Amino acid sequence: MTGDMSDLKPTAPIIQVRNLHKSFTLHTQGGIKLDVLSSTDLSVAPGDCVALMGPSGAGKSTVLRCLYGNYLPQSGAVLIRHKGRMTNLVGAEPRVVLALRRETLGYVSQFLRVIPRIASIDLVSEPLITLGVEPEAAREKAATLLTRLRIPTRHWDLAPATFSGGEQQRINIARTMVVDYPALLLDEPTASLDADNRQTVIELILEARDRGAAVVGIFHDEEVRDAVCTHRHHVAAPDGNRDAPDTVDSEDRQDLAI
Amino acid sequence: MTQSAQKNPAQSEAVEHGHADKIGPDPNYNFAYLDEQTKRMIRRAILKAVAIPGYQVPFASREMPMPYGWGTGGVQVTASILGPDDVLKVIDQGADDTTNAVSIRQFFVRTAAVETTEHTEEASIIQTRHRIPEKPLSEDQILVYQVPIPEPLRFLEPRESETRKMHALGEYGLMHVKLYEDIATHGHIATTYAYPVKVNSHYIMDPSPTPKFDNPKMHRMPALQLFGAGREKRIYAIPPHTAVYSLDFEDHPFEIQQWEQSCELCGAENTFLDEVVTDDRGGRMFVCSDSDHCNRKREAAE
Amino acid sequence: MTQTDRTRAHMSQAGTPASELPLLRVTELAKSYGGLPACRDVSFDLWPGEILAVVGESGSGKTTLLKCISALLSCDTGQIEYLMRDGVMRDIHALSEAERRFLMRTDWGFVHQNPREGLRMRVSAGANIAERMIAVGARNYGKIRGAAENWMDRVELDSARLDHQPNTFSGGMQQRLQIARNLVTHPRLVFMDEPTGGLDVSVQARLLDLLRSLVTKLQLSAVLVTHDLAVARLLSHRIMVMQGGEVVETGLTDQVLDDPQHPYSQMLVSSILPV
Repeated sequence: MTGDMSDLKPTAPIIQVRNLHKSFTLHTQGGIKLDVLSSTDLSVAPGDCVALMGPSGAGKSTVLRCLYGNYLPQSGAVLIRHKGRMTNLVGAEPRVVLALRRETLGYVSQFLRVIPRIASIDLVSEPLITLGVEPEAAREKAATLLTRLRIPTRHWDLAPATFSGGEQQRINIARTMVVDYPALLLDEPTASLDADNRQTVIELILEARDRGAAVVGIFHDEEVRDAVCTHRHHVAAPDGNRDAPDTVDSEDRQDLAI
Repeated sequence: MTQSAQKNPAQSEAVEHGHADKIGPDPNYNFAYLDEQTKRMIRRAILKAVAIPGYQVPFASREMPMPYGWGTGGVQVTASILGPDDVLKVIDQGADDTTNAVSIRQFFVRTAAVETTEHTEEASIIQTRHRIPEKPLSEDQILVYQVPIPEPLRFLEPRESETRKMHALGEYGLMHVKLYEDIATHGHIATTYAYPVKVNSHYIMDPSPTPKFDNPKMHRMPALQLFGAGREKRIYAIPPHTAVYSLDFEDHPFEIQQWEQSCELCGAENTFLDEVVTDDRGGRMFVCSDSDHCNRKREAAE
Repeated sequence: MTQTDRTRAHMSQAGTPASELPLLRVTELAKSYGGLPACRDVSFDLWPGEILAVVGESGSGKTTLLKCISALLSCDTGQIEYLMRDGVMRDIHALSEAERRFLMRTDWGFVHQNPREGLRMRVSAGANIAERMIAVGARNYGKIRGAAENWMDRVELDSARLDHQPNTFSGGMQQRLQIARNLVTHPRLVFMDEPTGGLDVSVQARLLDLLRSLVTKLQLSAVLVTHDLAVARLLSHRIMVMQGGEVVETGLTDQVLDDPQHPYSQMLVSSILPV
């Protein structure tokens, strides 16, 4: 599971994708097989931000989800630098993936997932507490982020289930950005945000790059993309499947109430 | 049995002693009612019980010519250990003259023609229901308890298979749960009789419905203590000089009952007192429950 | 994949430090009822701090599995090893009954679907919580009561009801009490059988939040049997999908729910009614 490159240079890539292949077999729909990604390669160095480009349905979200271990690729390698070693997420034991997500890999999904009915501030400080940060310090850092993202103080002790879409998305961003992950995956982090908050998110991403984080993201908003990204990577659906991925695209799946 | 029970207690007492001295046991029955094989079976159970202090030994309880609840377990134990030279004392709630005590005494006079007594120190075997005599017992004596429900854990765990396992593994937390419940409900341990004890640092045992006042007397008692439960078919024992510890909490230690009054008949101050209603206008008095102890104290004072 | 990892782990077990050992290791467990197989060839590792959800429809063998691994049922073949507090893996079916029962009331907890199975209905709520403390030797009434009160608070029960019997409690409250009773001795492993089944939806939601915060705070490991994928999503790190007594898919919770591989898992996931 662990690569043999132990003494990595500081400039060596944090995220490396090699020959990634992902298809879906829909057993409930007569076993149709949909190829979504084939031979995807990617390399992200510290401080870099790669924007995934491509038309809707090209498989951009699928790449991010494979990078997070959320989708199971058929073949290829997703190497993440974790505790000084390159660890392959493809075929890794669940507890390895969990450790990676806890300490190394942050992911901002397009929507706030169904989350427990707990106070926003607790929700945001939770990842830090899991890492062993004192609850007081964690809350302080969470409060700073909530303030920067313009969540009114009176909402901090409320569960975000009743918040507006934009507000939920900001909680979602805060929950990831509260930890200084070395690798960040962002799926349209600014989609439903107003100009001011979009600016804050841009700042947060730039700060992450400054501290050496490797970022991979999907940014439909060109202004945001131009402001944060250093490289672009075009994702293209394999030939003959141009329309197919839409039927299984993440947006459908994310709306499942589970 | 039926005939003698109808007699006036004072009369029958006189008859009993007559039987013993002159005519011998009723020839229609085996000595002490039970057949010899049954007695041997019960003795084996008793030996096992003595060997494992506090452990409930199952035995093949027999139908006795008296209803369950009248002491059939105690009677079978007494019948099995009784010899022609024994002197028997029977008490019920500490008294020698209550129906139950008188009936059982007559039963053994008729079937075994043994000598009986009311004097604690004269008896070689004392069968009791609900009390331990106030006068300390000696190594030459055996105390036989009549037990209605031998299983102390049953209150909280009705499954016999489970309680046996709990005894086997020494899982006795439940007993303290019961005491916890007592304190939570009453502010103190309100269990006043059948107060659970730990015998020989191992088995938890129900001392039969004796008042907890008597628990300290069981601790390192020189006399052998045997317990018989007829309906439940169990025999258990405390060998002489065995440690008997009454369960408690650190901050709610075991305590015995105390009375502000002293006995209104004999003036005793440290005995277990019964409250006796004397009329229908609310008149009451407190007297010793141990009738022998009370009578003798009064006789000595006169 | 999991299979190869397990083989590797087996080979390296001799002299392995405790931190490298799973808390619970189930190997090729099988159980049948009178020739009718209920569980076949089930193997998995549970690591400290991990919550594993076992999902599947009624009759898929998930409850039988839970009962076998929690030593409530004997299994026909296979091994269930548990990492004891002294750092040694021991086969729980090879433990003496005394050791096993001690484990069950100290280091393990079991939350039943029906709280009546896990509570003593004839003693007060406080006594229910007190029982496990007493079982491990607590003999100070004041301290026991204090701890019981504290746990009433932690499971959001009114501590003024400490002396009330559980049959005066609602179903949700009884379930909270059952949880408090189980967690008071700080077990390392908790088995849960449909812990929110049979409760109203709103009560269920609050109970789930409570469970989630408790398992996180106490760093519990748990095996959770549920047919409700939403419960699995909220509480578990990993999912094991069972069908007809066999494990058909296993993986990270979000991966199995978002990208199920096996036809049966896909069917389960797609059967959820959107709200």
